[in-house]
Amino acid sequence: MLPIVLLSVSGIGLLFLGFQKSRTLLLPAALLFLLVALAANFYDWNKTYLYFNDMLRTDNLSMVFTAIVLGSAFLVIALSTRFIEDEEAQPAEYYGIIMFSLVGAIMMISFENLIMLFVGVETLSIAMYILTGSDKRNLRSNEAALKYFLMGAFTTGIMLFGMALLYGSTGSFTLEGIAASTVNPQQGLSLLLYVGLLMLLIGLLFKVSAAPFHFWTPDVYDGAPTIFTAFMSTVVKTAGFAALFKLLSISFGGVYTFWWTILAIITAITLVVGNVTAVYQNSFKRMMSYSSISHAGYLLIGLAALGAQTKQAIVFYSLAYSVATISAFGVLLLVAQQRSTQTLSSTGLANEGFDDFNGLARQNPLLGFAMAVSMLSLAGIPLTAGFWGKFYIFSTAVERGQIWLLVVAVLMSAVGIYYYFRVIIAMYFRDGATEPIRVSPVYRYILLAATILTLVLGIAPGLLQGLF
Amino acid sequence: MLTLFLILYPAVAAALLLIVKGERVKQVALVAALVELVGAVAAFAQFQPDASSQFGFDYAWINSLGIRFSAGIDGISVLLVLLTGLLVPFIILSTFNRQYDRPALFYALMLFMQAALMGVFTARDGFLFYFFFEVALIPIYFLAAMWGGENRVPVTFKFFVYTIFGSLFMLVALVYLYYQTPVTGGHHSSAIADFYQLKLTPAAQGWVFWAFFIAFAIKMPVFPFHTWQPDTYVESPTPATMLLAGIMLKMGVYGLIRFILPIVPLGVETWGKTAIILSVIGIVYGSIIAIRQRDMKRLIAYSSFSHVGLMAAGVFSQTETGMQGALIQMLAHGVNVVGMFFVADVIFSRTNTRQLDQLGGITRTTPKLTVYFMIMLLGSVALPLTNGFIGEFLLLHGVFTYNHYLGLAAGFTIIFGAVYMLRMFQKSMFGPTSVRTGTFADLTSSESLVFVPLVIMVFWMGIYPQTFLKVTEPAVVNLMKYIGASAVSLK
Repeated sequence: MLPIVLLSVSGIGLLFLGFQKSRTLLLPAALLFLLVALAANFYDWNKTYLYFNDMLRTDNLSMVFTAIVLGSAFLVIALSTRFIEDEEAQPAEYYGIIMFSLVGAIMMISFENLIMLFVGVETLSIAMYILTGSDKRNLRSNEAALKYFLMGAFTTGIMLFGMALLYGSTGSFTLEGIAASTVNPQQGLSLLLYVGLLMLLIGLLFKVSAAPFHFWTPDVYDGAPTIFTAFMSTVVKTAGFAALFKLLSISFGGVYTFWWTILAIITAITLVVGNVTAVYQNSFKRMMSYSSISHAGYLLIGLAALGAQTKQAIVFYSLAYSVATISAFGVLLLVAQQRSTQTLSSTGLANEGFDDFNGLARQNPLLGFAMAVSMLSLAGIPLTAGFWGKFYIFSTAVERGQIWLLVVAVLMSAVGIYYYFRVIIAMYFRDGATEPIRVSPVYRYILLAATILTLVLGIAPGLLQGLF
Repeated sequence: MLTLFLILYPAVAAALLLIVKGERVKQVALVAALVELVGAVAAFAQFQPDASSQFGFDYAWINSLGIRFSAGIDGISVLLVLLTGLLVPFIILSTFNRQYDRPALFYALMLFMQAALMGVFTARDGFLFYFFFEVALIPIYFLAAMWGGENRVPVTFKFFVYTIFGSLFMLVALVYLYYQTPVTGGHHSSAIADFYQLKLTPAAQGWVFWAFFIAFAIKMPVFPFHTWQPDTYVESPTPATMLLAGIMLKMGVYGLIRFILPIVPLGVETWGKTAIILSVIGIVYGSIIAIRQRDMKRLIAYSSFSHVGLMAAGVFSQTETGMQGALIQMLAHGVNVVGMFFVADVIFSRTNTRQLDQLGGITRTTPKLTVYFMIMLLGSVALPLTNGFIGEFLLLHGVFTYNHYLGLAAGFTIIFGAVYMLRMFQKSMFGPTSVRTGTFADLTSSESLVFVPLVIMVFWMGIYPQTFLKVTEPAVVNLMKYIGASAVSLK
């Protein structure tokens, strides 16, 4: 609860700070606010509270998810130093909006009532629509924002409709209330409940970009300024999966047999679409957007095999994925700024292709190493956190005996290695520009921290256990 | 605790090596690897010949799942630990006359590779084994792809994807086995010893067999999973090829013995014959292709493919002699193949070619190289009194006991081996000198120093194999309890 209040206040505070002409103050202020919120998040550690007339519940699980979200936001904002020099940018507004969107994310993580989930989803989404279009003079950014907004608004409608149907069939908006009516499916549940559940799922699956609700993802991720792509692909995904997990495990455990096949099929489609399409991309950023679809697929395996290990699997996977993704986008930011001016595409826009990474490891060993570790982690190779994420996810599926889903996932992991290694091959085995990229100290520390975190979790995955 | 040292020390040494600058890197790396050799020899010397796991350690790793960081050396591991400790310093020594770009990284990756290999051969936990099995791939991939030949990028990439793809199925099988173990203390167990106790259904044994077999068959490689191998061996820099052929392919054979035979005896009962037939096809096929090769490195690669087929066939014969033969042949083959690749490297460094028809007459100026080459060659063709003989004899005996006809077919390896090896020797060393070999300098002292321990091993294992057989025997006898007819009747 404290983080919500603090973030709302700091969001307003940052907007007011924007009146000052000095831009240099904003970034440290935003980071400071986030750190305070992160610390305050753990204030209720090991206690469970209900807030706002049972609208929100904070427990250890929600605090861990909140910490992942706030930590990701911290890393992303720390990488946003470019806004200080960019005359067009309006960092005060950006940071303010990010703070508000985090409030939405925390609501999605700790909701106890479907209304709260809806408010959270909307708060987060509207902030994202704005941030996607924040590169005002860039056509692709505008297109992405409009596309995202139209499709997002449409699915929000479906989601709201689903909630209404659920209320109609169970007479309750609360998770416990719905759980009470689904706990005994033998007594005959109304069709409204099933339809409502499906519509609600569609809304949430859209947000985490699961196929076949993923069509917005490549264009939006590609069109949005890279820094906000990093934010979207980590914070929105983590919050979305926290919400899905909470919804399915608390309210709909009783009708598992109904939804797991549907979810399993969606999972398989997501894995295949995400991985196979990523292979054909020539732009790194677009590849990352398909990769984010594929990771949604892996996380969905954990949900489709809902069991004792699922919680741990989803938390670990989200963390590993977020850290690796931010580190990859961090390197991309530097590369795109300083290298891709040489390779403008026909539209005059930087295309952020794989070629920009050629020879990077030779000129900038640190950047190369950080990128290599994050690619290995996303590909799920041991010694990195990503391997244990996949391991936990796979073991949930084995526990449920969903072997066919696992075989799809294994085949798709092998496909994944192909496109992640294109980056490593470009960086290490090809010759490219001889001019090293300038790396500011902030970037160096953030990338180093993310890399070390990935490796530490890869060697000692037990560090996180027992926290939640 | 010695095992912990053997695993962690090379990794730490590799990290420290990265900060060493300049020409000293080679020497420092060599000293670091020699320290590891002392450790490995100490483990071998102090090893008590019984079936127990020794010098081990056991720490909690992932408590909530009961996965433990646990490793130790038993009779199955001990020769491979010795092999890994023995080969790496001499592989490093073999590079003393070469200049590699970014040497610190090069040698650090080699030591890191050694750490992972030690982990593979000593792990007592299924997931720890898998962890090291995959980790070992990262340094060798970078070694091959950064310092390799012209076509290195696509070739090594194929190798990487191929092997990862295979081992992912093994991961699924391991997780499955994990969930089959009984729950004690709130979680299942992933200890390999607990996997041995499982009573799986015949259907489950069948697919677990294939999940493991594909992973290991790609690694070794067994026909028809071998297509990555010749190109990778040829394109890799020679030290990486030595690591690949000398040690890394043994991971596959080791996996067969450690996992497939004792865990799924019924699966082996059903599918073992298919596996043996594939292996024997590999033996004959590899030999025939080797006879036609002109490139020395490619020839040795195919010979290695052929030899490893015999090891796999011997293991799947499910006999004690076959198992013993595979264990000793792994050590012998590691020594021989490194020696052969080094010969090819020495010739390449002086003539800039590995094509047999461009060589010839080398023996005129090189008494030392000729002798060492001949000794390594005789070891490879399994002449009595050399190391290759003991292993191949036991392996063939095993396969012959299993099935006479398959034994006969596998026996061709000795004849074909003599043909392609002697042909290589003849074409490169004898005959008229060519333009490239006219002024061929004999071995330098550091190059000779690489051969000395290898030659010692060739004769020691050939004349008195008991030193090595006796340490593996109790473990093999113990393992036989889980294998074959006796185990099938139990399960």
